[in-house]
Amino acid sequence: MQITRYCSVNPPEIRLNGTVVFQDQAENSSSFLKSAYRNFHIQYPKFFKMDNLSKLAFLAAEYLLNDMGISERYAPEETGIVFQNGSSSLETDEKHQESIAGRQNYFPSPSVFVYTLPNIMVGEVSIRHKIKGENAVLISPGPDVGQLFDYTGELFLQKRLKCCITGWVEAYHQNLTACLFLVEKKEMAKSFLQPGEMFIFGLSNLERIFNEALQHARIDGKA
Amino acid sequence: MQELTEKLKKEIIEVLNLEDVNPEDIDTDAALFGEGLGLDSIDALELIVLLEKNYGIKIEDPKEGRKIFASVRTMAEYILEHQKK
Repeated sequence: MQITRYCSVNPPEIRLNGTVVFQDQAENSSSFLKSAYRNFHIQYPKFFKMDNLSKLAFLAAEYLLNDMGISERYAPEETGIVFQNGSSSLETDEKHQESIAGRQNYFPSPSVFVYTLPNIMVGEVSIRHKIKGENAVLISPGPDVGQLFDYTGELFLQKRLKCCITGWVEAYHQNLTACLFLVEKKEMAKSFLQPGEMFIFGLSNLERIFNEALQHARIDGKA
Repeated sequence: MQELTEKLKKEIIEVLNLEDVNPEDIDTDAALFGEGLGLDSIDALELIVLLEKNYGIKIEDPKEGRKIFASVRTMAEYILEHQKK
C-alpha cells in the first residue's frame, strides 16, 4: 500500500505533500474555511450549510483528491474513508443544546441538528466524490497513528478497499486541524504516479508526516 | 406586502445559509424548491421553524407546506392571512 498524496490543514496554511498551497491569516476558523473554499473556485453551495467539522473534511478531501482521478480509476465501492477525530461533533452539539436550553425560546434548528454526529463529515465527502466503500470515524484524544494504520490496513488486507482516504480531522471552535492521506494499492498507484511520487503506507512515514504537518497545532480533543 | 416579501428574502438567506445569494436574486414568484434556489428537505424544515420563531405561526398540517413554501409570495400571503387571526 502506498501513500499517493497527503494534505494537511493547520491554519493559516493548507499544505499538499508538504508544500503550502493556501495561506490566509483569517481572524477565526469559520473565515479561514470560507476563504479556503473560495480559493478553490468550485460551485458547491451545500458547503455553506455544513458545520465547521464537515467543512474542514470537505476542503481537505477536495485538495487531496483534486486531479487524482479517483472516481475514474476506482469503482465507488472500492474507495473508503477512515477518519479520526478528538472532539467528535461537540461544537455542533453545543450549538444544538443552546437552542433547546430554554423553554421560552425552544427552537432547535433542523440544519444544525443533522450535523450532531461526527460521521456526517464522511457523508459529505462521500456525496461529493461518489464514494461508497467502507467508512468509519474513530474517536481518539489525539492523532493515533497506530490505530489509523491498523484499521485502514485491515480494510485493504480483507480486500474490502483498493483506495482509502484516511487521517485526522478535528474542529472545535478555534482548534482546526486535519491531516489526510490518500492510500492506494501499489499496483493501482503505479499506473498513475512515478515511484518517487509516493511513499510506503507505514507507521514511520505516517508519524513523520503527522509530526511535520501538525507540529504547531493544538490537538487536544474534547470528547 | 412588498415590505414583507423583502424581509422574508433576507430571513431565508440568513437561516438557510445561502451565502452567495442576495435578496434581489430571489424572484418573489419563483419556485423555492426544485430548480429555483435548489433547497432540500432540511431547508423545508428550517422554513417551518422560521415561520414559528419569527411570526408565531405553527403549521399544523405538514401537507400544507408544499403550497405555503411554493414561493416567497405564497409564504408572505400565508403569514398575512394567519397573523390576522
